[in-house]
Formats: sequence, C-alpha cells, structure tokens
Amino acid sequence: MPLNVVVCLKQTPATTAVQIDPQTGEISGQGLTYAISPFDEYALEEGLRIKERVPGSWSAALTMGPPQAEDVLREAIARGCDSVYHLCDDAFKGSDSYATSYILAQGIKKIEAEKGKVHLVICAKQTNDGETGQVGPGIAAWLAWPNVSFVKKIEEISETSLRVQRMMEDGVDVLEMELPALISVVKEINEPRLPSLKGKMASKKALIPKWQAGDISAEASKIGIAGSPTLVWKRSSPPKRGGGVRIEGATTEEKAVKFVEKIKELKLL
Amino acid sequence: MANTEINQYKGVWCYGEVRHGKLTPTLFELLEVGGKLAKELGEKLSVVLVGHELDKWTKDIFESGAETIYLLDNPGLANFVDDVYVKVLADLIAKEKPNKFLLPASIIGKSITGRLAAVLNTGASADATELAIGSGKNSETKNALHVTRPTYGGNVIATILCENHRPEISTVKPMVFARAQKIPGKTGEGIKVTVNPAEIPSKTKFVNFNPEETAELDIASADKVISGGRGLGNAEGFKVIRDFAHTLGAAVGASRAAVDAGWIPYRHQVGLTGRSVRPKLYIACGISGQVQHLAGMGQSETIVAINKDPDCPMMKLANFSIEADLYEFIPLAIAELKKHKN
Repeated sequence: MPLNVVVCLKQTPATTAVQIDPQTGEISGQGLTYAISPFDEYALEEGLRIKERVPGSWSAALTMGPPQAEDVLREAIARGCDSVYHLCDDAFKGSDSYATSYILAQGIKKIEAEKGKVHLVICAKQTNDGETGQVGPGIAAWLAWPNVSFVKKIEEISETSLRVQRMMEDGVDVLEMELPALISVVKEINEPRLPSLKGKMASKKALIPKWQAGDISAEASKIGIAGSPTLVWKRSSPPKRGGGVRIEGATTEEKAVKFVEKIKELKLL
Repeated sequence: MANTEINQYKGVWCYGEVRHGKLTPTLFELLEVGGKLAKELGEKLSVVLVGHELDKWTKDIFESGAETIYLLDNPGLANFVDDVYVKVLADLIAKEKPNKFLLPASIIGKSITGRLAAVLNTGASADATELAIGSGKNSETKNALHVTRPTYGGNVIATILCENHRPEISTVKPMVFARAQKIPGKTGEGIKVTVNPAEIPSKTKFVNFNPEETAELDIASADKVISGGRGLGNAEGFKVIRDFAHTLGAAVGASRAAVDAGWIPYRHQVGLTGRSVRPKLYIACGISGQVQHLAGMGQSETIVAINKDPDCPMMKLANFSIEADLYEFIPLAIAELKKHKN
C-alpha cells in the first residue's frame, strides 16, 4: 500500500531584512532575492523520507505564487520530489491566510483527481515572511481532515494512521490521527538533504504544470484580495534602537557590580 | 458579511488556555487588553475555557474583569486536540456571535486560530503587539479591530484589519501586555456549555503527555530570557547560563548555533527558525547577533549583550553591552545578584 504525500512550499524573501518603499507602503522588491521559506525545507525532507520508507509511494510539492515561484518547485524536484504543481494566476494575488489555505486545499483535491489518493499533507510551522502559521491548519479545515501543528517527530505511520509528537511549551504531546491528515512541522523533525546531481539535471528539464483558478474549480469569492477577509492597512519600519551604553570597568568584578546596578535601576531584579 | 449581520456580533472574548490541566497566565494579559477594547466598544468582556475541572479558576477570572465565563467542561476535553477544540469553539461562536476573539500566541492558540478562521469563514491575525478599535478602510464601520504585529522577523510592523467579517480573530503575543488588575470580590456569570466530545466525529486521539523533566520556565512566557550562543564553547556552558537564569528568575534561550551543536534542545532556540520572544529583559551571552537571531528577539524591551568581541552586531544593538569573558563575568554577576536579593 502506498503512502502519498503532498508538501506545501512557499517562495519568500531570502532575508527578512526587507525595506518598505516609502512611496507605496509596500515591501520594496528592489535587490531582494527569493528562496524556499526556511521551515519548508523540513517539510520537504519529511515528505521524501516517508516516500522512501514505503515502496510505491510518491511525494509531490505544491506552491502558490507568481511565475518565478516555480524555482522552489525545481528545487523540490532536485531534492527528489516525484511531481510538482504550481498554482499560478493573477486572481490569486493578495490572498491572505484564509484565501491561501482555500486555494491550496483546492490544489490538493486536483492532485488527488489527477494522480491518486493523498494520505498526508505536510506544511511548515510557518513561513519567514507572514509568520502566521495559519495556512496549514486552514487547509485541514477546508479538507475536513485532522491536523496537528508543531510536529517534531513522526513516531509511526501506516496507510491508515499516523502517530506524532507535538512540541509543547512544557513537554511533548503524543497524538494519533487517522489518514488522510495534515501536519505542520518544526525544524527539529529532521536534517534536510542537499540536492543530488541527478536531481539537479532532472529539475532543469522538468515541465511544471501551472494551474489557474478555473483548473482547481476555485470560487472567485474565496480567492485573491476580494476573497480575503483580512487586509494590510499599513506597514511601517520598527523604531530604530538607539545606540547602546557600554558598561565599563577596570575589572570584570566592577563590570558585574555596575551590571547589577543597572538591572536594579530598571526594576528588573 | 453585510453591515446588518456584522452588527449582530457583540462582545470581546478572550480564550483562557488550559494546558495539561493548568490555566496559563496569558489569559490575564488578554483580559487587560480585551477589557480596554470592550470598554471602548461598550460591550461585554467574556472568557471561554475549554478543558476539564475548570471551576477552580472562575473566581480569579471574574476578579480580573470578565463579566461572563463560558465553561466547556468535559473529561473528553482534558487535553488539547485540534479538530475537537475547534469544533466546540466554532459551534459556540456561531451561536453566541462574539465581535472580537483573542487567543494567546502560544502553541495551542496558534494551532486553534488557522483552523477556526477557515471553519467560521472569517479572518485571523497573529502575534498582535498592539490592539485598537478604529475605522475600516473600505467600509463605514467604526469598530474594526486594528491588529498591529511584527512580520519579516520584526523588520516590518504591519496593521491588519478584518473589517467585513466577524468575529475578528487574533492571537496576542505573550508578555506584551500587563496582567489585568484584580478587583477583589467581583463576580460574574458562569455559563456551563453542554458539550459531548464523544459525539464529535474526531479523527484525532490524544495518546499521552511527556512533561519536560526540569520544571524550567518557557522562553515564550518569561519576562526575562538569558540566552547562550556559540561563544559558550561547549554544552557545559549552559550550566552557567542556567545558574544565571535561576538567580535572575529568567528562562533559558539559545542561538541556533548552540542548538545545532546539540548543547540544548530545540525548544529553547530563539530566532528565525526557532521561536520568537519579547521579554522585558533579554541577555545575550556569547551571541554575535546574526540577523536570524535578531528576528526572534529584536523586539525585547531591554537587551544586554555579554561578549568578548566588542564589535559584533549584538554588542552594537544592545541597550547595555559588557565586554567580558562569560565564564569570568557570569559567576561574579550571580554573586552580586545574590547580595541584592538577600
């Protein structure tokens, strides 16, 4: 029995040190380079490991984004994904976490229709741009599948069920889900591999299917700016931190005394 | 959602997170900011508790400002299970129609929010550090929730609106708001909501909980965090950091380099691929201050850096920088702190 996985990926700015364009109030695209969102690497790796454990399985990657976002799908092929799908349509622009989770869920249904049953969807805990962590659980809601977030380990997986460890603030929860299911994973779950040479060759040649709203039967009222309940009202840069004060002293002891005085002064003792 | 429908949604709700049988104090921070919003709206402040054996907390919650507490109390709800909790919350919200719903930006709070928003066909924001009531952008509404939050690792501050859908949902970053002041003797209305988890078609089973051995403070809910990085040189270094943290009543954090080296578990990692914190005091020990680390702690109120290298980014960014050898400085600081405590 195969165990088929879909991994959701996002192309995001490679650095979070972004600037705001003072004219438009939008994130300035100038000089920005883009890459696969850092947490997504762990989701991708986990999908590959499951497929390699269970013969006859496949691992597919799915992304939503502008034309250049196909780079993350080529990266997914280079690492070993069997197939990739690009949800690419101007109508998706401006989607918030609600609309994005709907579009990705529709994409997953389309993958099922084309390629066969999907047992598990893997997302990352969050992206490095929006950082909400809401898209994964949202997809599960649209599909009416169970989900667990902050997964740090898959203990067991069969074609019908999954047992995972969830990182909690005060320890670790163990939960079991019936498949199909969705998990959002944290960095601790694995050590991602690098692309192989063979994978890189394959990724260059791959033809990447592009799906528009009509292809995934997405309702216009649930996608893009019009379909997003939330909007960004304004963006600003955080206030700059003022130059700090050096705690000086002839000896380390003196510095320690002054440090404790400061802590006391700030009522932090 | 039409205006007539929006106007049916009344009241500010705060989610009281019960985690492994304990009420987390984030609720009292939500009551502080939620109370201000409720006052401005002229609407009621309520709390919703999901779990088991909840009655013991109602007195504290009423005294902290809640007028109503919805108690979803059942042995089957003793532990957090995503699909079950979302189902019982969604049913209650559909019936009671709250205007705003605040949850803590904790593991449970974040897990609930994305699923709940999709089920309720509404919008959600995350990690609020400021909350206010104001006008809408595209509508006549005057009572939209303005959620201000850091994104891009704290490099961009965004204000999010969800003016045409209700309830507006947001998680709120812990340790940003003070705890609500108590009014001794104040009471309120407790509403027991009948729930039967056995009737909910859940596909998730809670198996067990393995608590972390040491009863350490968690970085996300501590008002002081002391972190160690590569500069510690080895895993033993965290013994010194733990002593320091213990003396100051702080939680122990770490840089990615320290976690990747296997010196301390991932749960302690502060930064882009770890967790983000916003304590009153953040002490970075032997952490150079790469942009990825700053993404997780740059919003801290006061930053202290201790490092041998006076020119590293963390030393330049910190409110107070101390050029010193950690292994020499920290024991001296601990001894000095102890003097003041006695």
